[in-house]
Amino acid sequence: MGGYRLHQLATVRKLFIYLLLLSLPVKALAQTSLNMTQGVTEISGKVYELHMLIFYICCAIAFVVFGAMFYAIFNHRKSKGAVAADFHESTKVEIIWTVIPVIILIAMAIPATKTLIAMEDTSKSDLTIKITGSQWKWHYSYFGEEIEFFSLLATSSEEIDGIKEKGANYLLEVNNPLVLPINKKIRFLLTSDDVIHSWWVPDFAVKKDTVPGFINEAWTKIDKPGIYRGQCAELCGQAHGFMPIVVHAMEEDDYEQWLIGKRQDVERQKIEAAKALANNMPLDQLMTIGEKVYLERCSVCHQPNGMGLPAVFPAINGSPIATGDISLHIDTIVNGRSGTAMQAFALQLTDQEIAAVITYQRNAWDNKTGDVIQASDINAFKNPAEADKKSEEEQ
Amino acid sequence: MKTSIESNNIGSTIESELVASDTASSHDDHHAPSGWTRWVFSTNHKDIGTLYLIFSLTMFFIGGAMAMVIRAELFQPGLQLVEPNFFNQMTTVHGLIMVFGAVMPAFTGLANWMIPMMIGAPDMALPRMNNLSFWILPFAFLILLASLFTEGGGPNFGWTFYAPLSTTYSPDSTALFVFSVHIMGISSIMGAINVIVTIFNMRAPGMTLMKMPMFVWTWLITAFLLIAVMPVLAGAVTMVLTDKYFGTSFFDAAGGGDPVMFQHIFWFFGHPEVYIMILPSFGIVSAIVPAFSGKKLFGYNSMVYATVSIALMSFLVWAHHMFTTGMPVFAELFFMYCTMLISVPTGVKVFNWVATMWRGSLTFETPMLFAIAFIVLFTIGGFSGLMLAIVPADFQYHDTYFVVAHFHYVLVSGAVFSIMAAAYYWLPKWTGNMYNQRLSLWHFWTSLISVNILFFPMHFLGLAGMPRRIPDYAIQFADVNQIVSIGGFAFGLSQLLFLWVVIKCIKGGEKAPAKPWERAEGLEWTVPSPAPHHTFDQPPKID
Amino acid sequence: MGIGEKKDKQKANKALTAKLLFAVVAMFGFGYALVPLYDVMCDALGINGKTNKVAIDQPHGMAIDLSRTIDVELMAHIPSGMLWQMKPKVRTLQVHPGQVIQTAYLAKNLSQQDTIVQAVPSVSPGIAATHFNKMECFCFTRQPLKAGESTELGLVFYIEPDIPDSIHTLTLSYTVFDITDSVEQEPKSVAMLTNSTATPRRSE
Repeated sequence: MGGYRLHQLATVRKLFIYLLLLSLPVKALAQTSLNMTQGVTEISGKVYELHMLIFYICCAIAFVVFGAMFYAIFNHRKSKGAVAADFHESTKVEIIWTVIPVIILIAMAIPATKTLIAMEDTSKSDLTIKITGSQWKWHYSYFGEEIEFFSLLATSSEEIDGIKEKGANYLLEVNNPLVLPINKKIRFLLTSDDVIHSWWVPDFAVKKDTVPGFINEAWTKIDKPGIYRGQCAELCGQAHGFMPIVVHAMEEDDYEQWLIGKRQDVERQKIEAAKALANNMPLDQLMTIGEKVYLERCSVCHQPNGMGLPAVFPAINGSPIATGDISLHIDTIVNGRSGTAMQAFALQLTDQEIAAVITYQRNAWDNKTGDVIQASDINAFKNPAEADKKSEEEQ
Repeated sequence: MKTSIESNNIGSTIESELVASDTASSHDDHHAPSGWTRWVFSTNHKDIGTLYLIFSLTMFFIGGAMAMVIRAELFQPGLQLVEPNFFNQMTTVHGLIMVFGAVMPAFTGLANWMIPMMIGAPDMALPRMNNLSFWILPFAFLILLASLFTEGGGPNFGWTFYAPLSTTYSPDSTALFVFSVHIMGISSIMGAINVIVTIFNMRAPGMTLMKMPMFVWTWLITAFLLIAVMPVLAGAVTMVLTDKYFGTSFFDAAGGGDPVMFQHIFWFFGHPEVYIMILPSFGIVSAIVPAFSGKKLFGYNSMVYATVSIALMSFLVWAHHMFTTGMPVFAELFFMYCTMLISVPTGVKVFNWVATMWRGSLTFETPMLFAIAFIVLFTIGGFSGLMLAIVPADFQYHDTYFVVAHFHYVLVSGAVFSIMAAAYYWLPKWTGNMYNQRLSLWHFWTSLISVNILFFPMHFLGLAGMPRRIPDYAIQFADVNQIVSIGGFAFGLSQLLFLWVVIKCIKGGEKAPAKPWERAEGLEWTVPSPAPHHTFDQPPKID
Repeated sequence: MGIGEKKDKQKANKALTAKLLFAVVAMFGFGYALVPLYDVMCDALGINGKTNKVAIDQPHGMAIDLSRTIDVELMAHIPSGMLWQMKPKVRTLQVHPGQVIQTAYLAKNLSQQDTIVQAVPSVSPGIAATHFNKMECFCFTRQPLKAGESTELGLVFYIEPDIPDSIHTLTLSYTVFDITDSVEQEPKSVAMLTNSTATPRRSE
């Protein structure tokens, strides 16, 4: 065999070993947390495979193209004595390296098309959940049940500010997770109350924007019980990074149990709300509850110290509303302020919670009104006709 | 058109010898205006080119400073340095400045300096409009930066300003943002008109379209893209203004509008915009690689056709930024296929550059180093772009750091590197001095290493699930974010080297001949270095 | 270059500049034209989930396709905190394409203010929207309701018989917007024009 032939073979062998060595770290990386998750649904598995397929194709193309380039860099250099050839065009070659990429693209497009069509078919679902995004929380509503709740970030501000050590699920934990059964096709109907948010759970490969005034659909079928965490995936204001998603996927029996418990909760809450109307809570109890509500629901805009953000969110400490007319204060919280970011909390908080947080705002920091607001006051504000009737009856 | 010549070169207070040029009468009967009036009233393409380049470099550092704030906050989990609302202002204004204040003006500066010389024209077609195009830019950016200091803060809704975050829920300063974008747009449009008229009407006799350097071709196509889409951006931003302040309901469902329509209108501009930011790069690389390979550019005709295809196809892919908005399947498929197809002409260009190098006689001066780095790193950005095109996979990548990695690879180690390559390539022509070789190599290697430490790990952050535009993140992203931030600080510091190289070069250095690069081709190398204030008052002979 | 040539060049430059400026203005107009164009395209391609804004009459001799049924889900979305209740009378309907369905929503104003709302419909999947035709809908007009009052809001619709086979479920959702403030600011004449057909049926 000629010397050049031997040289060619040696080069090919070197290339092969190089490729093999390179594939090992690539394979290793593919399994780590540095790569996309394979998830817990059939779709998420297909998405992962598509991702790896196209990644490997890109690696192969890179290998060829950069290989040629680096070969030229090392062997066609002037300092090595290389003399420039003078070819500068070839229609044949141009056609070849146009047609081959098109073929590769078609090869990628076929599995991609199949997977996409499967992903967008929401028909014949077993359960429908309505998901509403708002600044900066999620709301879940179970169709066919009276069960609905808000899901807010549960990580404390002390952890965020570095005062407390960060927990394992820092920024990925909520007070009320979405609970779903496994092995059932679940349809999501998504919308928003204010700006565009996006509901994303990587383990399901579900990401869908929530658009105010419009309804979007998505679906999933979870194969494994577990806790799955995601985040909002569309810039929605200052707390965009602080509205995670947590899904508890349960075995069907456990899910049924949960449903029963939740239905009982709903009944219990109704009774409590009615009882609260007769409540006459002492100031310190109202302050404790109120502070909790304030930190959970108000402090994201108005800040824990009540100072707000100048020209963006008004301060409550020293505010004329929090130290002035009580019914104006109640109105601001119950009905919100249209045209601003101040939402109406009438249906988001119970009357007891609203009463407590108003009491807190009127007596915390430098505010020292001494006012005590009860749940019945809130109810009276919301239903003046009923309240008038009641007071007539009582007389 | 005036024919008298002044022979001062840029910024230099050193009186230079009158160099005999190919211009008819080269006596300094009148001196070039000196002092600030020269720069404020200049209608000279070289001076205006210089103004654009200095402006661009300044904005690059300002936008870079904002990136440093971002990376400093993201160095560790938790909120240590800035409020989330201010963080959002930093990401927004960083994007706006880099796109409209650094990259686009840099390319316009290069166009101004080089296109007339490359086609043998004495100046741009509309010199006074050229002056206006430049001077409204600092005004626009002063307005934008000033908005950061208003009471409610500056724009905080991302450079893509989606409604209704940018309309109902935006700060009061939004009007300033809109005004600023309008002015930047007018500047770009005027610049584009100037480029097209210059290239069509002022080429030296004998320079047919298919004889023009690739840099001229790519800028010609870029200029058409600008004319087509900048007005659409103006429309979109005006709709945001009227929705916010004048009660219209373009993007408000309550009034019969649609927030997703904003995204369609914006990205109809936005996608061609990113090609506007890369086509001139392709032209630069197509000039530099042959010069340092000692071989003509491989497949000149294909390169022209590929660039035209890319430009035309760029109008058909905009919704690939919107795959998660709830599009019907057939639309998702259409945009997926078109997006994948754009990689074909782009690939052709990469193959042609490699074929130019193949069996050439390569040398590795700094411009060539940056050009080679461009080819590799831009291609990597192209690969992540191809991955993003695949819709089911995009559902996992969209709005994560995977996208951030993609566009920074094509814009920083792509466009910005090509601008630096161009700077090193043409600084001798502009200043008459060679740049400091050693410093430039330090700049190249530190930039190359740090840019990859900064942006490559972002792919993994995105794959692991970290969303974009967040000031704080979950624990599992901490280690990689720290590495990224260190890369960021290193990259930022490395650019100070570039500033030093440029300042040093303007002030002095080894004298550069008319053609410092042995095997470079093009009319710009037939005039002296530094290029006289007026060149090609008489058109050159083209064979 | 001679004076004559220079003048020609300047003329040529001016002419091309004028053409390009025209193109710029045209593209600005195109940007605004995208707004109605978007609606037209969505209508033509049947996407975006937007349904007819003006009542459609029942076509003559429309046949009912008894061979298939489509699950129609009705829902309402009230932005959180808005003191309003909106419920479909029937949540799911089994509908044959071509069949005219009469149903209603029950609305209640839970606040102590007289309120005017606008219901904005959205259909999912988006592609079903163009086949979903409303003959009567409370969403065509503004709906005023006094504080504490409730009413029944009628909806009459049919699904076109040629709706693609791939659609088995259709969800119709109304987002209810409080437009009391913006209506109060309107000049009276405009309010009369747009409100002329508003006659919600009162509950018995």
